[in-house]
Amino acid sequence: MQGNRDARRSELPDGITLWDEQPLTADGTLVWDGGFAPSSDYRASVSAEPASANEQAERQRAAWMAAAQAGDRRAYERVLADSVALIRAVARRQGMGVDGLDDVVQETLLTVHRVRHTYDPTRSYDAWLGAIAGRRAIDALRGQGRRGRRELHDDIALDQHPDRDDASMDAERNQQARRLREAIAQLPPGQREAVEQLGLREQSLAEAAAHTGRNTGALKVNLHRALKALRDRLNGDS
Amino acid sequence: MSEPRHQALIDALGAELVPVRRLLPPWLRTVGWLALVAAFAALLFAHYGDAPMLRRWAGAPDLAWAAFGAVLTAITAAWAAFTLAVPGRSRAWAWLPLPPALLWIGASGLGCLRTWLAPGPSIVTLHQSADCLVFIIGFSIPLSALLVWLLRRACPLRPLLAALLVGLASAAASACLLEICHAYDAAATDLLTHALAVGIVVAANTAMGGRLLSRH
Repeated sequence: MQGNRDARRSELPDGITLWDEQPLTADGTLVWDGGFAPSSDYRASVSAEPASANEQAERQRAAWMAAAQAGDRRAYERVLADSVALIRAVARRQGMGVDGLDDVVQETLLTVHRVRHTYDPTRSYDAWLGAIAGRRAIDALRGQGRRGRRELHDDIALDQHPDRDDASMDAERNQQARRLREAIAQLPPGQREAVEQLGLREQSLAEAAAHTGRNTGALKVNLHRALKALRDRLNGDS
Repeated sequence: MSEPRHQALIDALGAELVPVRRLLPPWLRTVGWLALVAAFAALLFAHYGDAPMLRRWAGAPDLAWAAFGAVLTAITAAWAAFTLAVPGRSRAWAWLPLPPALLWIGASGLGCLRTWLAPGPSIVTLHQSADCLVFIIGFSIPLSALLVWLLRRACPLRPLLAALLVGLASAAASACLLEICHAYDAAATDLLTHALAVGIVVAANTAMGGRLLSRH
């Protein structure tokens, strides 16, 4: 059992050990100050019991994901909901601040959805998820770094960019609107439709679903992907 | 349980769920790719026969070692690429092709040294070396394309490393195929040509594959 757990730990991305987020379940040897030293049997039972609970939880996630691969929606939603805490732990470990955690969670969930066929139920689910979450966290940190280099802090911006006259602000606004319209026009049809119906015409999900003939789930996913594509594109252009 | 803001996305993904066919194990996918290499080899053997290759190997055993190293490099590099394309697998897999690659390069270098010490009549010319270059690159393109296509079915989270392994695997496989119809002994120009061809394939795959493989 110990060997299995070590094998799974070694498969996690660099420097990430999911177990140490939960100190109650970590392996360890009790150390006593007095003359009483616990017997080896006692130590074994202390370390084995929480670890088995932990392993049981992971096995449960692995079983849910295996069922999800076969199309079990309830198991899929359970495993995704159960994964959120793990993704946040991995993202924090990679150095992601609190502000960016939700983005990493969402990006990781979308990636998990796209690549769920790559999960092998005979291997650790947590290691598989941890690798994807770690990569998405690194991507997000790089994105933040790029944006940080382009953006100015408020006080510097105020010093360097005093108010311009209305005409130049109008021109800039028009230019931004044109770039946004162009970027929306280049989206794939499903994503463009979601932005137009939900974002521009401000229809409700039910109205947009009735109008487009798509289900609300597809519309939400398309909108999320469209916003990511637009964010990437507009950030890349500026 | 997740917070409500993630629950909306989870519900949406759940609504989109359809059954998926699980990815085959990396070793089995490696065998699939090697089947194409074997098909190319069978065509070349049918055309050239194995006699010239065995004759050259009898005269210079280091050539046989180099070919053996190249075969192992192709197998291990492809296996490592397929394994690393599955999230959660150890990065140590990337080291797997290193020992066979050292054997391949080392034995080729030995052949080159032998020719330099005792030059024979069959030293390749630059023109013949250019043929080798075209051959290796010509075979590497379809082999790389198939590998990239297969890897895109998985999820290479380190696309540059995956592309490097793709380049190494396809260049080594092409060098093996060249061995079947290679009429010349190893020489400095020959080794240099191999190194150049491998370098071009690895660089092209790394440059293109980095983007080709990073859709996830």
